[in-house]
This record gives sequence, C-alpha cells and structure tokens, in this order.
Amino acid sequence: MFSNILIYFVVIPVIMLAGLALCRNIKQIRAVAVTGSLALTALSIYLLVDYLGLRAAGHTEQMLFTGAWDWFKPLHIQLAVGVDGISVAMLILSSIILLTGSFASWKINPLPKEFFLWLILLSTGVFGFFISIDLFTMFMFYEVALIPMYLLIGVWGSGNKNYSAMKLTLMLMGGSAFLMLGLIGIYYHSSANPETLTWNLLEISQNGAISKGWQYFLFPMTFVGFGVLGAMFPFHTWSPDGHASAPTAVSMLHAGVLMKLGGYGCFRVAIYLMPEAANDLAWIFLILTGISVVYGAFSACVQTDLKYINAYSSVSHCGLVLFAILMLNTTAMTGAIMQMLSHGLMTALFFALIGMIYGRTHTRDITKMGGLMKIMPFLAVCYVIAGMASLGLPGLSGFVAEMTIFVGSFEHADMFHRVFTIVACCSIVITAVYILRVVGKLLLGPVQDEHHLKLTDAEWWERTATVTLIISVAAIGCFPNFFADLIRWTFSSDIFSVIGMN
Amino acid sequence: MDYSQFLAMKQEISLLVLFLLVFLSDTFASNRGCKTIGGLTCVLFGLFTLWGFCPVVIGSDTVTAFEGMYETSPAIVAIKNILNVGVLIVLIQSLKWTASENQVIRRGEFYELLLLTLFGMYLMMSGRHFLVFVIGLECASLPLAAMVAFNKHRYESHEAAAKYILTAVFSSAVLLMGLSFVYGLTGSLYYGHIADSMFSASTSNIVMLVVALAFVISGLGFKLSLVPFHLWTADVYQGAPTSVTSYLSVISKGSAAFAFLVILWQVFGQVYSEAWEWMLYALIILTITIGNLFAIRQQNLKRFLAFSSISQAGYIMLGIIGDNAMGEAALMFYILVYIFSNLAAFGVIGAIENNCGKVSMTDYNGLYKTNPRLAVTMMLAMFSLAGIPPFAGFFSKFFIFTSAINQGSVAIYVLVLIALINTIISLYYYLLVVKAMFIKEEDEFTVAPFRSALTERIGMWVCVAGILGLGLVSWFYDSLLSVVGF
Repeated sequence: MFSNILIYFVVIPVIMLAGLALCRNIKQIRAVAVTGSLALTALSIYLLVDYLGLRAAGHTEQMLFTGAWDWFKPLHIQLAVGVDGISVAMLILSSIILLTGSFASWKINPLPKEFFLWLILLSTGVFGFFISIDLFTMFMFYEVALIPMYLLIGVWGSGNKNYSAMKLTLMLMGGSAFLMLGLIGIYYHSSANPETLTWNLLEISQNGAISKGWQYFLFPMTFVGFGVLGAMFPFHTWSPDGHASAPTAVSMLHAGVLMKLGGYGCFRVAIYLMPEAANDLAWIFLILTGISVVYGAFSACVQTDLKYINAYSSVSHCGLVLFAILMLNTTAMTGAIMQMLSHGLMTALFFALIGMIYGRTHTRDITKMGGLMKIMPFLAVCYVIAGMASLGLPGLSGFVAEMTIFVGSFEHADMFHRVFTIVACCSIVITAVYILRVVGKLLLGPVQDEHHLKLTDAEWWERTATVTLIISVAAIGCFPNFFADLIRWTFSSDIFSVIGMN
Repeated sequence: MDYSQFLAMKQEISLLVLFLLVFLSDTFASNRGCKTIGGLTCVLFGLFTLWGFCPVVIGSDTVTAFEGMYETSPAIVAIKNILNVGVLIVLIQSLKWTASENQVIRRGEFYELLLLTLFGMYLMMSGRHFLVFVIGLECASLPLAAMVAFNKHRYESHEAAAKYILTAVFSSAVLLMGLSFVYGLTGSLYYGHIADSMFSASTSNIVMLVVALAFVISGLGFKLSLVPFHLWTADVYQGAPTSVTSYLSVISKGSAAFAFLVILWQVFGQVYSEAWEWMLYALIILTITIGNLFAIRQQNLKRFLAFSSISQAGYIMLGIIGDNAMGEAALMFYILVYIFSNLAAFGVIGAIENNCGKVSMTDYNGLYKTNPRLAVTMMLAMFSLAGIPPFAGFFSKFFIFTSAINQGSVAIYVLVLIALINTIISLYYYLLVVKAMFIKEEDEFTVAPFRSALTERIGMWVCVAGILGLGLVSWFYDSLLSVVGF
C-alpha cells in the first residue's frame, strides 16, 4: 500500500495533523505547516514529472499509479487511487495554494494551532478527493473537506460570520445529500451482474451498465450535488457570504481549491459515468451555468466590498468551468480544466492580497480607500497583475483558459449553443468593468484616509505567497500547450465516443 | 429433558448469576462493602461482557431451545454484545453520580434494576414466542420507571417516572390487544407458526391482519419513541437522571429496534408489501422529520438529545424497511455507533451536570475556552450523530442508506432522499451546539474550568475511541455482515 506514491498525499497531511497537535508555540506551528506543504508541493511536482515520463514511455491506460485495497469488502468498497492529467494538475494546484495559504496566515490570531489543524484537515479531504477513484472514498474525502469550513469561518472569520458559516455548511451539505443518493444509485446500477457491483469509477465506466432511464435520474442528482460546490445558479448564494466572511487563507483554499472539487466532480462522476444523460440534459444546466456566468459578473460590478467583488467574480468564473464542461467537446473541456487551474491560482492571489490589504487598512470598502499604489506599491502591483489575469490579458492564465473555452463552445453549430456562447463571452467585458473599476478606485486616485499613509508594504512571507502565485499564473499563461497536453489525454478515451464527442 | 439447551442461554443465565451476586453483596455486605458496589458491578459486568465474546458453546448456527420458545444465533449474540458494551460504558459513567450524597444509600438498587432490565431486553430479542417476548418487554420496562424516579428529591424525576410508567403500561396494553388479534387469526403465539399460517391467511383476512399489525407496531413504537408515539420521550429524558437517560436512549432503544426487526421479519415477513411496508414508510418519514423539527428549538440539552434520538430512531428503521440481511447488519452497526456517539454526548452533559448542575445550551457558550477536552468530545459526538466523516456516524448512515436502497423500488429512493434532506436539518441543530461551544464568547453563565472524575473521563475516552475507530476500521462492519450471513 505504501509503495504507491499517491497514498502520501493523504499520509503527509495526517502526519502534519499529528505534528500540529504536539506543537507548543506559533513558531513550531508555522514550521510544521510550511514544511508539510512544501513536502506536498515537492511530491506533486515529482508526481507530474513521473506521470509525464510514464506517458512518454507509452503507457496508455486511463489512469496511472492505480492501486486498490479492500476496505469494506462485502460492499465492494475499496481505497482505490489513480490519477490522470487532470488530477495531477489539481494536486499541483492544491499544494501550491496550501503552501501560499500557510504563508498568508503567518500571523493568524487567535488559536493558531486550531486554525491550522482545521485547515490541514480540509486539505486532507481535498487531496484525498483528487487521488480517489472509488466513489465511496471520494465522497468521504469530499465531506471531510467541507465540514472544517464551518469552524474556520465561524471562529476566525469576520463580519456576519455566524450566518455565513451556517449558510455555507448547510448548502454544501445539502448538495452532498443529493450526491450521496446519486452515488448509492450509481453503485446499484454499476454492473449488470449483482455479484460484481462496484464503486470504482474506471470499472463503472467500462461496464457502462447504467441504463438510460436511471441516468436521467442519477445524472441530475450528482451534477447538482457537485454543482452546488461549483457555485451553479441558483445554488451559488453561499459563495459570496462565505467568502466574504472567511479568513484569508480559508478564502484562498476555498475559492482556489474547494470550488474546483465541484467542477472536477461534475466532470469525473456525473459526465464521465453518465455521458448519454449528460448529452441529453446538458441544455438545462447550460442555461443555469450561463446565468451564473453573466449574473456573477454583473453582481460583482455593483459591490463595494473587495471580498464580495471577488466572490461574485468567482461565481462567474466557476460558472464558466461548468459551462465549458457541459459543452462536451475536447477543446471546451480542456479549457474548463485550464480555467479551474487559472481561476484557482488567480483567485487565491486575489484573496491573499485582499487579506493583506485588509490587515493594514482594516476596511474592505473600496469607497473608503484610494491611492494605495503610492503607499504599498508591491501589493498594488500584484493586485493589478491579478486583475489583468482575471480579465484575460494574454500572457497570463485567464486568457488561454477563456479563449480555449469559447473556441470550444463555438464548435457547436446550432443556434442554442452559439447564442449561449456569445452571452457567456459578454462576461469578459463585464469582468473588465469591475476589475478596472476596483483598480482605479482602490489603487489610483487620491488617498482617502490619511491614516493609510503610515501603512507599510508587504512583509517577506506575504511576498513569498504572492510571488509564488504570480509565477504560477504566468507559467500557465506562457506555456499553455504544456498544460493543455497534460489535460487533453483524458478526453481522448473512448468513453466519450458514446455521445459522438470530438 | 435435554439440559444442554440451557447452554444456548449462556448469556441470560450468566446475567442472572451476575444480578444475584450484586444483589447478595448489596444485601449482606457491611456498610463499607456497600460503597464498593459500583466498582464491583463494573468489574463483574466487564468480565461478563468479555464472556459474551467467547464463541457460543454449541456450534455457531441458529440454536433453538425450549420447544422453539427461545432462539439464539450469531446475530443475536452480536447485538447482545453490542448492548453489553454500551451498558458497561453507562455503568462506568454513572459511578460518580451514584456515589453522590443523595444516591449513595440506594446505589445498589440502581445496579440491580439496570441488570434486570437488561435481562428483559435479552428475552425480547431472543424470544420466539410472544409470551416470552411480552415477559421480556415488561421486565425491561417496569424497573426502568423506578430508575427514572431515582432522583428522589427532584420533582421532575417523579413526573417523568409517572409519565413513563403510564405510557409503558398503555403501550403494553395496545401491544397485547394486537397480539390477541394475531392469536385469533392464526391460533398460535409461536413466531414460526404465525408466519406459516399468515401465508394462507394473508389474502382472506388482510384487513384484520393490518389492524392487528397496527396495534403491534404502535405498541413497539412507544418503546422506540417513533412519531406519533413519542410524546413521553422529551419529558422523561429531561426529568430522569442523566445516567438513566443515556441508558434509555441507547440501550433500551437499541434492543427494542432489534426486537422490532425480528418480529417484523420473522412473524410478518410474508406480508411485507401488503401490510407493513407502507406503515413503516409513514412512520419513518414522520419520525425523522418531526424529531428534527422539534429538536431545533430546544435549549435544554437533555431535551435536545431526546428529540435528536427520536429522529435517530427513524434512521434505524431504515435498516428494517430494506428487508434484507444487509439491513440487519446496518441496523446493528447503526446501534453500535449510536451507542458510542450518544454516550459521548451524555458523558459530557453528565460530567458538567454533576459538577455544576448546568444543562442549558447557553451554559455551553465558550466552553472550549474553559474546558477544551469536554468541548472537543462533545463536538465529536455531535459530528458523529450528524454523520460527518471521518467519524463513525458517517459510515453508519451511509451503510443504512445503502442497505435500504438495495430494496430497489423508486419509493425507497424517495424515502432515502427525504431522510438525507433531514440529515441537513439535523446538521443545523448539532452545529448549534458546536457553535455555542466554539464560536460564541464566554459569559457569566459559562461552566468554570474543572477536572471531571476519572471514571467519567474513562467513559468519554472509550466513546471517543469508538467514534474515531468504528468507521475507519472496517473490521467491525465486516464482521457484523458476516454474522448475519451476507
């Protein structure tokens, strides 16, 4: 079991949890958090290299590094792991954001130990989710990642935190209630022979035994279940409140990684296992996600709280992920995964910067701030870069992701898809509106509050966090082909030929 | 007469021996000996629990004794062992309370009554003749009323006992009414005979059968506090001493659930879809939903857990409705996990109540600052009851849903969906407790820092170990599945 490299993505966080429990002071806590997340980052990069090496050596299996160990044998529940390019990309994203999140919460107060314990428990869930290919294990890790949010927001959050924490937890858990029913349903239809029922994703997709009638029932269950976490309209309302109230590192992890669980799950479970229903029912969810995209962008335009702006922008961008997945063609789906990476890094950068600015000015209201470019040039420049990435400046990650998505979406020749693609395209313009509005108001112009003149620029740990994220954003923007090739492998498999996908 | 059939009853007989030992040492020992009666009972009961895990002396299959009036099987031994473990934890947790000033004179009686009720529960689960079953039921119910009234100096305790005894007697009467109908229909009180004649009677006398079954189910529903037979629960749970409440909520409920399963499957299994499937649908939906909705507004934590235990009983019923072996294992596993989770919660409540007499949710505000360990134990219990992974409650909920869906009809999907939506409601009120302890600021009502008694700590440690281990270690559920022959 421990010869499989993927297991260590769960083992390391568990060791970190044990280490944190023994910590006595803030220095030890920081040491454990940074060492552990560095180890995870190193592991994920090693995994990437190894993965590419194996693919280059001609391994053509759907998933690599697979392993399965019986857990609840009579129910065929296994601890089954395996990764393809998408999972590898997600693992790298998660570890980078965990690392930068640890730096961003360098001075967390009060109860730093408990904060990191919950944060690492959350990441255990995230990593476990991305390596699992067994539906039960996957779902377990999914819920492990959700529940720490309640205390992280409730204890360390700001503003209307009690309300937001409860709303977020209940809505996400509500989604997972549908999801659980869907997954159990999938299990009972996973194989034509009742003796060989399975929770294993790969086996289920090979068996292809879920009848079309059941797909019509189970696909919406699972898609909505994951879609709640992907902030699909009308189930997105937890997102603005939750993100606005959460502490910096939690906003980063939540918007950067946790919302990707939704998109990843929609793809990996709902569409991958039930492509026929996906093909027939996609139009319903296309309408909903289309609304997310445009509505989120418009909402961001009228907000004055920095975190709300960014949270609505996340709704818009994550909506685009689901939108692209539902286009069901290789180009758009590649774009969707690129968008997940891009949005994860970019939004983590945003939330980190907002946290840093808020830590200095003690306000997030853009009407009360101005001219920060003069006061804290480093943070301000980083903010501009993040903004440019968000509105799709070539050379940064947002451009390649959105470009791929819209090109892919436009491959559909029918009226319905084209109209919705054009509508979704409009969100780019609206994004530019709200980003430039914030940049102009917040960073340029006269200084609004003279107390702000005494504020300092970023400390070293803050610089580390932001620079790491900016480099990652630029890397995707400059080498899109590398990432696209990594991802595209998955879509070439023959399961999608059922629906005539190209 | 074949005396070897007594061997089949090894757990009942050794429990009676244990009861006599406790009774004699309580009666004849000097005053000094009287003080150690609690410890003695715990040690003896611990040995008895271990003895239960020793393999059955005569084979491992189903064994009947006394002309088929009594039956034991690996599954029945397993559920008895599960209840034994729960009783052991209750005994350990109650040591501090029974040693308190008001109780110390009568402490022996507490243990004797408790052991007697456990004996009654054994008979309820093992009886294969309704006479044995009813004797077991009465033996399990009546001493409990005395236990509920154990806080002699508190008015609420008396009130609770009066309510309990009245409902217990009333529900027995209803049950007996139903049984007399069954006897009239089939001419026998043996489970097996009834099931056989049911097959021929099912078409002609279906109306009569449904009426009889409705009486039987409502009689047992009182015991299990299924809605609409739940009205006694909250008052009794609140008024009874905390140790008795925890005993009532897990052990009494667990044994009744298993007996319910045995009766519905073995006696009425033939008329599943005609007679009781839809009754159970209605009962489950009502129980889960109403239990949850009432729990939301509770401020007294014992009352709160009373309503939570009502809704948990609804989830336990999901193991019965699937009508398959997987459901039986899931039901036993659910009871096992429920014992550990609920006893952890009651352990914390009892420790705080013994220390300063506070049981209101506002008293728990900021508990994490003053008593972090108690707060964490309580949080784990709440998460486990709500079904949050990686704690045991998640696994037991998942398995009971899986076993119910195995039945396969569309109606069962709807039922499970309703149950799942209810888990979200329950998560809300469980989180209210977590919120009080972790998020709310401490105020003047908050419990001051204190160190709980060693026995209370042991009880809580065992429960926490169970909450963390029972789900993640697959051995427990796998062995329950193999016990029921899945």
